[in-house]
This record gives sequence, C-alpha cells and structure tokens, in this order.
Amino acid sequence: MSEAKVFKPRFNPAKPAFGLLVFLLYLFLLAPLLIVFVVSFAANQYLSFPPEGFTLKWYGMLPQEGTFMEGMKVSLIVAVIVTLIVLALGVPAALALDRFEFKAKAAVQSFFLSPLLIPSIVLALGMVLLFGPLKLTNTYAGIVIGHVAITIPFVIRTTLMSLATTDTSCEAAARILGAGSWTVFRRVTLPIIQPGVIAGGVIAFIVSFDEAVISLFVAESGLPTLPVQVLRYVENSADAAVAALSVILILISLAVVVVVERVMGLRKALR
Amino acid sequence: MTLLEAPAAPERPRAKNEGQLERATERRNRRTYLALLLPGLLGLLVSFVFPLAYMVRMSFNQGSPDGVIVETFTLDTYIQPLTDPYYWKVTLDTFQMGVTVGVLCVLVSYPVALFLARSTSKYRGLLIAIAIAPLLTSAVVRTYGWMVILGTNGLVNSSLTGLGLIDTPLKLTNNMAGVTIGLVEIFMPYAILAMISGFGRLSPQLEEAAGSLGASKFKVFTRVTLPLCLPGLLTAFLLVFVLSISTFITPRLLGGGSVQVLATEIYDQTTGLLNWPFAAALSVILLVLFGLIIAVYQRLTRKIGG
Repeated sequence: MSEAKVFKPRFNPAKPAFGLLVFLLYLFLLAPLLIVFVVSFAANQYLSFPPEGFTLKWYGMLPQEGTFMEGMKVSLIVAVIVTLIVLALGVPAALALDRFEFKAKAAVQSFFLSPLLIPSIVLALGMVLLFGPLKLTNTYAGIVIGHVAITIPFVIRTTLMSLATTDTSCEAAARILGAGSWTVFRRVTLPIIQPGVIAGGVIAFIVSFDEAVISLFVAESGLPTLPVQVLRYVENSADAAVAALSVILILISLAVVVVVERVMGLRKALR
Repeated sequence: MTLLEAPAAPERPRAKNEGQLERATERRNRRTYLALLLPGLLGLLVSFVFPLAYMVRMSFNQGSPDGVIVETFTLDTYIQPLTDPYYWKVTLDTFQMGVTVGVLCVLVSYPVALFLARSTSKYRGLLIAIAIAPLLTSAVVRTYGWMVILGTNGLVNSSLTGLGLIDTPLKLTNNMAGVTIGLVEIFMPYAILAMISGFGRLSPQLEEAAGSLGASKFKVFTRVTLPLCLPGLLTAFLLVFVLSISTFITPRLLGGGSVQVLATEIYDQTTGLLNWPFAAALSVILLVLFGLIIAVYQRLTRKIGG
C-alpha cells in the first residue's frame, strides 16, 4: 500500500499552479513597462484601449518636442559629468578602504554608503536650502553636486566588491619587480577592479539620468532635466506622446542592466 | 675580540634604520590613504553633510508666508506639526501607506523570491536579473505606466467596461488605492532582492526530510519553509516600509494632489507656500522616523547575517 504510494508517479496540481502564480506576478512586476511599449505604438489619438492599429508617429514627434530634447540634453550632460566625478572620487576611496588598514575604517565605509539611507526628498530639500544662497540652484553645478551624493555609494560598493574578490599578491609582486605606485595601479590594480568600476560607472550614470526628486527641487524652474520634464508633462496630460519617450528611457536602462549583468552580475551590484 | 665585535657593530644602526623605515612606510601609507580618501570625503561633505546640517539648522528658523526666513532659534516649526491634527493625519496616513504597501509587497514578492531561491533552472540567473532590473528604470516612467493601466480610460477600466462588467469606470487613480498599487509594484524588486538574501538557511533537503517523515505539503510549508523564510520576509517588509514613507514621485503622480503624505507635504510647503523652515522641520521628523526604522532594520539584518 505504502510502496505503491511511493512509486506511483503522482501528478501534483500545486506545481503548475505555483508556476502560474509566479508567472502572473512577473507580469504584474513588468506591467507598467510592457504597457508603455504597447501604448507607444498604438495609433489611438487619445490614451485609450484597445490599441487601434500600429503607428510610429509618437516616435516621429519626439525630435520636435522642444522641452523633451532640451531635457534630454541637460540630463545627458549632468549624467556624464556625475559619472566622471563619482568615479574619480569613489574608486580611490574604495581602494583606500580595501588596501589600507586604519582606525575608523568601518565608520568611513558606512559614511560613504550612508546617502542611500537618507530619503531623497529630505536630501533634495537640504540641497535647495543650501544652494539657494550660494546661487547654485538652476545650474549644472547644483544638479551635479546633488547627484554626487546619491551615486557615490554605488561606485564604492561595486569597486569594493571587485577588490574583495582579489588578493594583493599581484600588486606586491609588481612592486617587488620595481613598478612604481602609479604603474602598479594602472597595470595591475585597475584591470583587476575594472568590472566594479564599469558597473559602478554605468549605475551612477543611470541613477543620475533617471533621478527626479533632487533635480526637481534644485532646478525645476531654470534647468529641468528629462525626468522633471516628463513629470511635469505627465502631471498635466497622460497622453501617448510621453510613452515613446518612456520607451527610449527604458531601453537606456536595459542597456545598463545588460552591461552590469555581464561585468559583475546585477544581484551582486545592487545588493 | 674585535673580530667578534665587528659584525655586531652594523647591527645597531640597521635596527635603527629598520624602525625608521617602518615609520616612514607607515607615514607614507597614511599619506596615501588620506590622499585617496580625501576627494571622496570632501565630495560627500559638500553634497551630503552640508545640505543636511543646513536643513536641520533651518528647521529652527522662523518662516513666513511670503518666503522670508527669520534667523532665530525657535521650536515653533516643530510644535505646529506635532500639535496640528492635520499633520497628525498626514503622518498617520504616511505610516498606514507604508504598512499597507509593505505587507502587500511582501505578499506578492514572496512567491517570486521563493521560486528564485529554489530554482535549479539554467535560466535562474536571467530570471533573477529580470526580477530586479526594474530597479534601474525611472520611477517616473513606471508611475506613468501605472497611470496608463489604472486611469479612467486605462487598461483595467477599458477591459472591464468592454466586457460589460462595469458601467462607470472605477476610480483607481488620484487616490490612495492607485498609489498603493503603484508602490507595491515599484518596490517589488527591493523586496525580492532582500528576500533572496534572507532565505539563506532555506534548503530543499529540510523540506524533503519533513515530507518523508510524513508531514503534509501544507504542514511542510507552515512548519519548515515559512519559519526559515521569516527573517527575509521581515527585512523585506521593513525595507519597503521605509522606502514607501519617504517616496515622492508616485504619491505625487498617482495621487494627483488628493493623496497627502509627508513627502508631498514637504514639497508643497516649499514650492507652494515657501515656508522653508516648516518644510525643514517636517523633513527632520521624517528623518527621525526613518532613522529609527533603519536602526531596527540593520540590527535585524546583522542578526540574520551572524
């Protein structure tokens, strides 16, 4: 009796049911991104369902939308400068945190990661308060400084992760063989930490490029970034024109995801 | 005698040199790591510490409706939100939203995380990446997507009216329901990430063992699987809770002005009312709430990790 029970191949209805549930939850998770794709190709004049035919006109309209193009320019300039700055600030700091021993090391490391623990609305308010009297509101400098705080933790984290998985013997060997500090860094350390630097750099880029709250507070009136323009547009009219733009933003994010997944794994980098 | 002493003679200066060398290396090391740390520390000082410190100072100033800030040291900015029933309501609404979003988000993320933690498929890495990739997409875009789905002419309402199930469109945007749905989805990747890391002790062998000892499927889940998952579920809940109470974009867009939480209130106090000290005080209050929960969260994660 019991033997038969063990050997009888049982159909377990729980398994496909669980599979279906997970599939539906994935669908829920990706729903807003998928729907934006559908809407961006729909010929409906106003936002409605079901889609009435296929069109590329929303994409064709984008270059003529002055506010979007201007916002895109501002966001790209900011994101590129932010990426370069946080790499220049974060990579050396990560190097110091991993390769040297000093007091308060744990505290310094927590400090570098702490901006992620502060709500961005609070940071944004502090920035607009401080930047106002300094005439930094509505300037590139103001937005860039604002974004440095929230992107530096990612660079530190990914670089530290690359450093942690390697040992120092290669560097010691290079030094014994007579290489100077700079040569050791350039020829030995940098290749080792390259995945972390690349992952940190592209994450910093996309976080800055997509950041809306700090940009809104610091430069809403004078130098709106693309997310701020989209935010304003969506607030007033939820039509399909912004869907095409959203698809482009999603594709940029997707490119970043692919790069991070390739060089060090998304889960490791975003932990 | 002299022969014996001879080798000893260079011994002393060498030892002295070694000490000097060590100290010199230490000094050079110190200079190196300070030089490496300094740019980053300065960067954070300017972009992070100064703004926060200035905001805390500002919260003790006196604001006025015309945007003029009176430099003083008062607690009025704190007394008002802490005594005015309106701000109590906003704070309570914020808390309630955090709890609702946290609970729902954990409920919908748990099956996905459980599936990913157990999966032995060769596509597991890809499936994990898909689950957390939305983290790197713009919150504005995802909120817009939800407006398209939930709006009056959106996917849900068009489908339901098309099927003849409802006559008048459901009100799913410009209210807390819409904000909650949007936030649950937006924070799912965070929850899944926290859960996968928190399910470390979950192993199929334990479940199989319980099953072969005669426990029913349901019993295996409630007595073995769920208890092992509990730490991960709790950290995911706290994480989503803190993210929810401080989020701005989604309540702003999906709430359409009729959902007031601390974050939207801070924004309105600055752009609309120009009451900077008051906005600063609200931010400090939010920060304190946030800090308390983060402290609990970190203590929990350390416990789970250790």
